[in-house]
Amino acid sequence: MLNRAKLRNYALPLALLAALAVSLLFVMTALAQDDMPTDDEVNKIAKDLYCPVCESTPLDVCPTEACRQWRELIRQQLAEGKSEEEIKQYFVTYYGARVLSEPPNRLASYLVPALAFLAGAFLLFRGFRMWLKPLAVESAVPTEDAEAFPQDEYIRRMEEELKKRK
Amino acid sequence: MTESTNIAPARKGVPLWVQVIIWVFLAGLLGIVAMGLNRAQQGTIQPGHAVDDFTLPLYSGYEYQGASEVKLSELRGKIVVINFWASWCKPCEQEAAELQSAWEQYEPTGEVVFLGVDYVDTEPQARVYLKKFGITFPNGPDLATRISQYFRIKGVPETYFIDREGVLRYVQVGPFTSLQQIQNIIDPLLSE
Amino acid sequence: MIADFGYGVLVVAFLTALYSVYAAVYGELKKNPPLVESARRAMLLTWPLLTLAAGMLIYLLVNDHYEVQFVYEVTSRSMPLYLKVTAWWGGQAGSLLFWSWLMAAFTSLVTLRKWDRDREFLPWVIAVGGVTMAFFIGMNVFFENPFAKLYQTFNGNIAAYTIQPANSILFTPSDGRGLNPLLRHPGMIIHPPMLYLGFVSFVIPYAFAMAALITGRTDDRWIRITRRWTLWAWLFLSAGLVLGGRWAYDVLGWGGYWGWDPVEIAAFMPWLTGTAFLHSVMIQEKRGLFKYWNMLLIVLTYDLVIFGTFLTRSGVLSSVHSFAQSAIGPAFFAFIGITLITSAGLILYRWDMLKSETKMTSMLSREALFLFNNLLFMGILVICFWGVIYPLISELFTGQKVTVGPPFYERATSPLFAALLLLMGIAPLSAWGHSTLKTLGRAIWKPAVGAGIITAILAFTYTQNVIALVGFFLIALVILVTLYEYGRGALARQRSQGENIFLAFWNLTGRNRRRYGGYIIHISMMLMAIGILGIELFQVETQGTIAIGDSLELSGYTIKYKEVASWDNPGAGVNYTRAVVEVYDANGNLLGNLHPRKDFYFDTQQPMTIPGQLASLKDEVYVLLIDWEPINQESTTFKIFVNPLVNWLWLGSLLFFVGVLIAAWPERDAERVTVRTGKRAHQASAAD
Repeated sequence: MLNRAKLRNYALPLALLAALAVSLLFVMTALAQDDMPTDDEVNKIAKDLYCPVCESTPLDVCPTEACRQWRELIRQQLAEGKSEEEIKQYFVTYYGARVLSEPPNRLASYLVPALAFLAGAFLLFRGFRMWLKPLAVESAVPTEDAEAFPQDEYIRRMEEELKKRK
Repeated sequence: MTESTNIAPARKGVPLWVQVIIWVFLAGLLGIVAMGLNRAQQGTIQPGHAVDDFTLPLYSGYEYQGASEVKLSELRGKIVVINFWASWCKPCEQEAAELQSAWEQYEPTGEVVFLGVDYVDTEPQARVYLKKFGITFPNGPDLATRISQYFRIKGVPETYFIDREGVLRYVQVGPFTSLQQIQNIIDPLLSE
Repeated sequence: MIADFGYGVLVVAFLTALYSVYAAVYGELKKNPPLVESARRAMLLTWPLLTLAAGMLIYLLVNDHYEVQFVYEVTSRSMPLYLKVTAWWGGQAGSLLFWSWLMAAFTSLVTLRKWDRDREFLPWVIAVGGVTMAFFIGMNVFFENPFAKLYQTFNGNIAAYTIQPANSILFTPSDGRGLNPLLRHPGMIIHPPMLYLGFVSFVIPYAFAMAALITGRTDDRWIRITRRWTLWAWLFLSAGLVLGGRWAYDVLGWGGYWGWDPVEIAAFMPWLTGTAFLHSVMIQEKRGLFKYWNMLLIVLTYDLVIFGTFLTRSGVLSSVHSFAQSAIGPAFFAFIGITLITSAGLILYRWDMLKSETKMTSMLSREALFLFNNLLFMGILVICFWGVIYPLISELFTGQKVTVGPPFYERATSPLFAALLLLMGIAPLSAWGHSTLKTLGRAIWKPAVGAGIITAILAFTYTQNVIALVGFFLIALVILVTLYEYGRGALARQRSQGENIFLAFWNLTGRNRRRYGGYIIHISMMLMAIGILGIELFQVETQGTIAIGDSLELSGYTIKYKEVASWDNPGAGVNYTRAVVEVYDANGNLLGNLHPRKDFYFDTQQPMTIPGQLASLKDEVYVLLIDWEPINQESTTFKIFVNPLVNWLWLGSLLFFVGVLIAAWPERDAERVTVRTGKRAHQASAAD
């Protein structure tokens, strides 16, 4: 904005038509540079959006015409000063929740696999308790020589290999 | 449940309730996949189907009798032609002129309403398209793709003809090639 | 007519497969060995038959027989010979035939082995293999005939028919539609066969598992017979996945290799269960534990293979990988249902025979850690499965379509992957049967300190990102532990044998190839993890439209646009647009020229973008032309990625294949399967 005002100050005193035209052109390109969001800003938002026309392809890499238009829409809304959240919200109202990269209902989407995993873990630990219980009663011998066990195993393995070689 | 010996225990199966859970789980899983498959195979909704009500918001300049949205149920007694299109859709351009001239022909009768439902499109581009083809019938965006999901469209363009009773009578998949083709569908419905 | 003959051969192959199923089952039940032998021969016949059918399809493809619908859809005159041949698996019908052909090759191989010892398995293995094969050939015979020809009927409609309809004439298009350009990439030529090889070869261990259940011989014999099969299957499946990733990285223009697309996940799920299976079978072999669990895993793997194929081909999911929607969906669904229910029923029926022979003795023993490993793999599987079917459930029950994209999978699976790394670090140090915190602690402290030092160095020199540092710590831990274990063995050998250290390594590996091959696989996985961590956490990108002479900057690199040219290659039916860009480092040194390209194929009217890549171990500069924007001297849109560490991923995958080959290469006495009986608890050793 500052840039624009400055240029106007310079441009006005100039009477020459050609100079005016040149500076006007300059003003316009400066305008474009100042206000148009960059591709990177657009892609940052587009990365998390999915267009229904090309399912499972994020918007920033989708080559279809529909997706190109969507990216332009993001650019336009960024230029209007909308935030990332507002833009995403706009897309959700217009095109439905499927434009988001995750289901809007976070709880449902994470809860089921989490519960399944916990159930599996529970079964496993219950199993361990069951398997280990009789052992604790039976004897304490294994725990005693457990420390020596890996070493023993090593020597035994080596011996076995020696045997095999012969 | 403990098996503390190496001797094979007496023949002991899985408890019944575990078996029930396993089978219910399997059946549920297969059921969901079956429903998904069924849905994928279904295609669009078929003629004979009484169409549920929906509301189409309309682009300004493309209102229906001055209202900025239109409800299907308000159009009962009229023949409704629902055309799904998009500005990025090349085949849609082939039929745009035919649809418009059909609209111009039937609009004066007041007995036929054309509704353009703009599928996954951006408003500025949609306006460029509507202007380019001089379209004047009511048009609006398919908000959250609800309408297209209801009709289970497979692509654009697709056109659905609903009779005076609100029953779907004809489905056109792909573009119309002539005005005659559209007339041949609407005229019999009009004379009913 | 070659096409009609080809279809005839397919029908004969279908009937042969059905006969072999009948003869095997009936022969076994009626105790009629000659009938079983004839089943075996019928099975051996299917492969030559399918080879003949495939040969005829290839003949049609190569000789531009566009009256055949399949040929019309996947080839065009401008395609080079090798692409016309590989177009065999470029479409639905052909790839189904390819599936059956591989399947026949594998079942034939199995029936060729010496059966003296396991005679009772033979009929059931043939039956299960035969049913699967008959199903896939049936898909070709009834729904997707690759030999169907185009006919024009009297009302002008053109459609494909197996048998010429009345009042119709053969319709021969002058040229074909051509293969999707994305599928013309070398990666795509090898990726599907590898994946199918992996898929198909998992049918063999499944067939043996079913045979074991049916005959009631549920000891570890079936596992010992199929151990190497499973490793090969796993190798092919992994190769398929890696090649698919490389293909995506090279042609899809995402700057990434994995998009958590439903179809990618469909191929990943059997890999997860397969990997869990590879680990858990060792528990059964060494300790006689969890037989039912192994059965469950192999059934899951098999049905996930079919399910993956089903997802790709039925139109249930739409995805970049999908084939066109087709009628085979319901048939696939029925097949999945039948095999799943039969297998589950058999497992439940034999439950009492699948109980463990011994008991678990310690929560830190190697078998216990393997169970944790399985829990984690199952956890990742559940997340993947849920992610794939959640949109379906949401749409069916709430009417709301949703997308489950990478953020979900990444967030949900990353803790599990991290835990897997930790387990990979601990498990090699723990012993079968017994381990305590003390023994483990004694073994692990040295590698852990080493990993800590490496992490500290990285924290000062490379990154302060906590997630990355945790990841690097775990990776360093696994590598050090593995090397430590490996080195300890080699040193022990050096001392006892007086070999020099290299020879000791070599011989040690040769002595226990599965164990040390496994170690190499672990290390290779860690190299891959470095690449994954790098690209996931540190990837940066920029996109900009510039004219010749201008440049873009990203992450210390300057990419300068030098020139652009566009030319036709009429012979190949392609237009090339190629830009030349120079890459400079932060000090202004020229690192090299890159040539990002856009290829436009006339026959399919589709473009494909080929990135320019400047690779190093540190990172990779990856420059793409954006093909939907104009490309000329005044303005060209480039997308540039800097992908740190990504090449460790590809390096790791190379080492991975070395590791699997070491583990899976047949031994001279591979056919000798010994069945151990009696007490196992302490006889269990790591020296198998």
